[in-house]
Amino acid sequence: MDTNGATTSSTAGGGSTSKSSSKKHSRKPVYSRFTQQELPACKPILTPGLVVEIVDRYDESCVPSNYSNDKLKFIQNPSINKSCVRTLTVPKLMKSPVFIYYQLDNYYQNHRRYVKSRSDKQLRSVSDEKSTTDCSPEDKTVDGPIVPCGLVAWSLFNDTYWFSVNSKTIEVNKHDIAWKSDKEHKFGSNVYPKNFQSGGLIGGAKLNSSVPLSKQEDLMVWMRTAALPTFRKLYGKIEQDLQANEKIQVVIQNNYNTYSFSGKKKLVLSTTSWIGGKNDFLGIAYIIVGGLCLFLAVCFILLYVIKPRPLGDPSYLSWNRSPAGHPN
Amino acid sequence: MVLLSTSEPTGVAYVQTTNLDGESNLKTRYAKQETLQKIPEKENVSGLIKCEKPNRNIYGFQANMEVDGKQVSLGPSNIILRGCELKNTTWAVGVAVYAGSETKAMLNNSGAPSKRSRLETHMNLEIIFLSLFLVALCTVVSVCAAVWLRRHRDELDYLPFYRRKDFSEDEEKNYNYYGWGLEIFFTFLMSVIVFQIMIPISLYISMELVRVGQAYFMIRDAEMYDESSNTRFQCRALNINEDLGQIKYVFSDKTGTLTENMMEFQCASIWGVDYNGGKATSQDQKDGYFVQADGQVLRPKMVVKTDPELLQYVRNGKETKEGSYVHDFFLALAACNTIVPIIVDTPDPTLKLIDYQGESPDEQALVYAAAAYGFMLIERTSGHIVIDIQGERKRFNVLGLHEFDSDRKRMSVILGFPNQSVKVFVKGADTTMFSVIDRSLNTSIIRATEAHLQSYSSIGLRTLVIGMRELSTSEFEEWHSAFEVASTALMGRARLLRKIASNIESNLCILGASGIEDKLQQGVPEAIESLRTAGIKVWVLTGDKQETAISIGYSSKLLTSKMTQVIVNSNSKESCRKSLEDAIIMSKKLTTTSGTTNETGRTLGTGSTPVALIIDGTSLVYILDSELEERLFELACNCSVVLCCRVAPLQKAGIISLVKKRTSDMTLAIGDGANDVSMIQMADVGVGISGQEGRQAVMASDFAMGQFRFLVPLLFVHGHWNYQRMGYMILYNFYRNAVFVLVLFWYVLFTCFTLTTAINEWSSVLYSVIYTSVPTIVVGILDKDLSRLTLLKHPQLYGAGHRDECYNKTLFWITMLDTLYQSVVVFFIPLLAYWGSTIDAASIGDLWTLAVVILVNLHLAMDVIHWNWITHAAIWGSIIATFICVIVIDAIPSLVGYWAIFEIAKTRLFWFCLLAIIVTALIPRFVVKVLYQFYAPCDVQIAREAEKFWAQSQSAAVEVEMSPILDHPRR
Repeated sequence: MDTNGATTSSTAGGGSTSKSSSKKHSRKPVYSRFTQQELPACKPILTPGLVVEIVDRYDESCVPSNYSNDKLKFIQNPSINKSCVRTLTVPKLMKSPVFIYYQLDNYYQNHRRYVKSRSDKQLRSVSDEKSTTDCSPEDKTVDGPIVPCGLVAWSLFNDTYWFSVNSKTIEVNKHDIAWKSDKEHKFGSNVYPKNFQSGGLIGGAKLNSSVPLSKQEDLMVWMRTAALPTFRKLYGKIEQDLQANEKIQVVIQNNYNTYSFSGKKKLVLSTTSWIGGKNDFLGIAYIIVGGLCLFLAVCFILLYVIKPRPLGDPSYLSWNRSPAGHPN
Repeated sequence: MVLLSTSEPTGVAYVQTTNLDGESNLKTRYAKQETLQKIPEKENVSGLIKCEKPNRNIYGFQANMEVDGKQVSLGPSNIILRGCELKNTTWAVGVAVYAGSETKAMLNNSGAPSKRSRLETHMNLEIIFLSLFLVALCTVVSVCAAVWLRRHRDELDYLPFYRRKDFSEDEEKNYNYYGWGLEIFFTFLMSVIVFQIMIPISLYISMELVRVGQAYFMIRDAEMYDESSNTRFQCRALNINEDLGQIKYVFSDKTGTLTENMMEFQCASIWGVDYNGGKATSQDQKDGYFVQADGQVLRPKMVVKTDPELLQYVRNGKETKEGSYVHDFFLALAACNTIVPIIVDTPDPTLKLIDYQGESPDEQALVYAAAAYGFMLIERTSGHIVIDIQGERKRFNVLGLHEFDSDRKRMSVILGFPNQSVKVFVKGADTTMFSVIDRSLNTSIIRATEAHLQSYSSIGLRTLVIGMRELSTSEFEEWHSAFEVASTALMGRARLLRKIASNIESNLCILGASGIEDKLQQGVPEAIESLRTAGIKVWVLTGDKQETAISIGYSSKLLTSKMTQVIVNSNSKESCRKSLEDAIIMSKKLTTTSGTTNETGRTLGTGSTPVALIIDGTSLVYILDSELEERLFELACNCSVVLCCRVAPLQKAGIISLVKKRTSDMTLAIGDGANDVSMIQMADVGVGISGQEGRQAVMASDFAMGQFRFLVPLLFVHGHWNYQRMGYMILYNFYRNAVFVLVLFWYVLFTCFTLTTAINEWSSVLYSVIYTSVPTIVVGILDKDLSRLTLLKHPQLYGAGHRDECYNKTLFWITMLDTLYQSVVVFFIPLLAYWGSTIDAASIGDLWTLAVVILVNLHLAMDVIHWNWITHAAIWGSIIATFICVIVIDAIPSLVGYWAIFEIAKTRLFWFCLLAIIVTALIPRFVVKVLYQFYAPCDVQIAREAEKFWAQSQSAAVEVEMSPILDHPRR
């Protein structure tokens, strides 16, 4: 199903004939959206609503061949240029908005050590800057507390993507990728990053310390720790249709280290349908369960027709049953 | 206490021993002649008493007393035991021989054991299973965690989500890592903390609350309110409510429990004529007979219904032949006893009541009856009695009295009439009386009386035969001199007296027989009948005599004429063994013969011959605590009825423990007196009757009520309900907690085994407190599988408890399997649906929370049988409360999951997941339930259907045919 929220307006043709001089005796019907049948309505059109999805795994191929045996060395060396170009083919028309995700596999963002290593208080207000007790080992530096502290923030994803079609850059909208509630309440507008990524080990992206946390949407998305070890995070949106068979050039800055734990990195371009992203499981589950229910219903009906048992018949009571057998 | 002296010049003290053996009649205790005179003068008495060590036997005592150099032997009749009450005796002086905890009464107390319900005992076993399961879960988690740590040991330092090394200091050191051995240990401990909800601690609290609720309804049950004594049902123990649904043995006291402890004269057979008082008594007799003397009206305290025909004879006096016999008969009733009349004042100064106090309630009843027919006993001293015969006071000299003893089973009194003639009146049990009656005289009358006796005892009356003989002067003289000699004899006085008595009690002329009804409590035969229909074995344990016990057995329908009685009366261990073995062989023969007839004659519907075992206290002394117990139990199992008579309080407890030791069946003891205390405490469930016999039984009991018949609603209605509710509640609570824990566990498998919970910690805590607790408690208190009427109509339905239908191992394991399945569904549907999506932990945690709560509550809703608005409110209210709680928790900005529920609820996938989870999870349970109910219905199920559909069919038979049959009426 696809719903289209727009309402079509039908002209109110009834009022044209009765243009009388006197307003008093105007027989023009009083305007109401009801009488004019202009109530807002949603008009469902049954469409298959297929989700088009492009998944590109790039962690392996974005490592130069001379480093393929020692990927760690490659990723840990800051002096190597890590940009990498990939070409994606759009299989079908992808209607705007096209969502850009990065997908990490085998990345346990739900590890207990990890999820606990954050300070939600600190993110909200400046006054709680020093409440970093849960954040160690990324709690403070010699210059003071780290904002945002903790492993979660420290390991912020820092691969970047540039998209272009026929050497024409596609705009990536990175606004409104985080929850509105996070922007307004959870991340303070007067909290600025401090001492972030200044320790001995750089975990991931650096933050612009002049931008308040409430504007750092990538951080917000990252800090919504994923529930499962295979997860996607919203990177941005392309607000234009991608035509079928279009070749998209992606320039990837392959910065993020997943090689140390053989995690996979994937770039995902996907549209959505009314039920969300591409996942066939629930559909299949519904078909199976629905079929099972139908089958059981038929079985019950058959059983009832073939072998009924009168309900509440006292002769079935154990002390009334004759020992010879069931009277049925 | 050894009696030294009493207010009576003869040294007699009347005591009541209700608290010891339950008999409410007066007993006599004697002070020894040697000490009798000394006390009133308040002189010092010095002496030495040597007595046996304190023991439990309340009918035995052996001691010697040395006073003034004389050896005096002391027996049980010389002591007053603790717990006895002095009656009609102003004072008594004695020497305390046993004190404190060494008294016989205290030794007979078995101490209050702590009782725990059977369901709870079973439950504790299952909780051990669950604990093992918990340990297994924790072990799995720790082992997996260990393997993971081991395999990734080289990566841990830099793993972004682990980061073992701390680089903030100058030197690198491990951060929060203590070597993998300790890490595993910590993982184990943490998993115990996370999964501890598996052990349903909250279940104990809910069980207590449910029991309080059940007790509330039991106490307020109008059908268990006793109007006559204005007592409600009392629930004194709160932890065994559900045991009431599984009782297999009922041990009942007789006096005060089955009977009202009130004898009533019912009918008499005089000179071969049956005067049956059953005919309607006219109104003018309602006040009964009374005597006017000195402007005062004397009236017996109790009104006995009279037979008009007989009354007529009495009024006519001695003129006719029949009249004279009737006259003698009632004279015998009034005189031949040891009753002491006591005149009681009433508020009305002209009216006085005569209260007859005496040792035997039978005698009391007979004297009241005689009074009602105009032979009112007014005064009794040791030398004479005054009887008011039809308004005419006559004084008779009591020349001699032979008291009742258990060998002769009769008593006699020798009266000197005003006209100098001497007559001996004898009354006694029919078995012994007919042997001393002169059979040559009046054979037809004897035969008629025998026939009447037969019919009396068959309707459960206690019978006594009365005989009379006129003594010639020579006979009297002879007797008198012998009596004098015997009563002053020092050695073997009792034997001598007995011999004299049997001499004089011979060649009697039969007067008639009396039938006394030991008045049963209201509804007792019906109650016993339905208890037996329900498959409950009723054992009667009484302190009474064997004859009494048997006659009560008949009148309460415990014994029927069809039954074969096996009587074990022995006084040595060997004879006991022999009689037990004989009895076993006999009962086996009877049951096997009946078994064969059963096989061949099943179609003819012949029942087996039931066997009734009657055993007395003396035999039990040898049987209990010896290897014969086994045999007794074997025998008792073959018998459908067991009657134990003359049992001491502790023996009652001994019998119960005998049964408890050998079967796992539940026992219930019901009694009213202090002598039942140890039995009440010993049984799994003790019920006290709050009757006339004091409060001790009630104090020791778990439940107390006004009447025996309340046992029926207590067991069949409340017991059944409580059992069903509690059984279901325990299973449900296991399920409820296990589902939640398993969902947590599955998640841990996807978090590197690190005990992260997607479900918010607050929700974990509130889960068993708010989200799911109220419905179980409400259902545990209010659910009814069957209506009261049906349960009372079909006592067989009580068998559900006997068969452990509501809670057993199979059910437990099936429930656990279902739990496993449901948890898999709850966890994996969202997991697969959201795999590789942007879902964050808090959101999917909310989904899991809501899914589990809704599922668990709907599961309960599926099993609720009796929906009322409270149930609706509790179940749907809980689901709504959960939503509210989840929303409130997610509205706290400082928590990780801020606003998650709103974000996820916006997506349709969330709702589709929820629906899929609930439907998929409940399908197997639903299918199994439907099939089971439809094709293998239990009795309760059929009765429930009958209740629903047959009630309608009474009014609209056609509609039933047409109504679509809902195979699950509760939905």
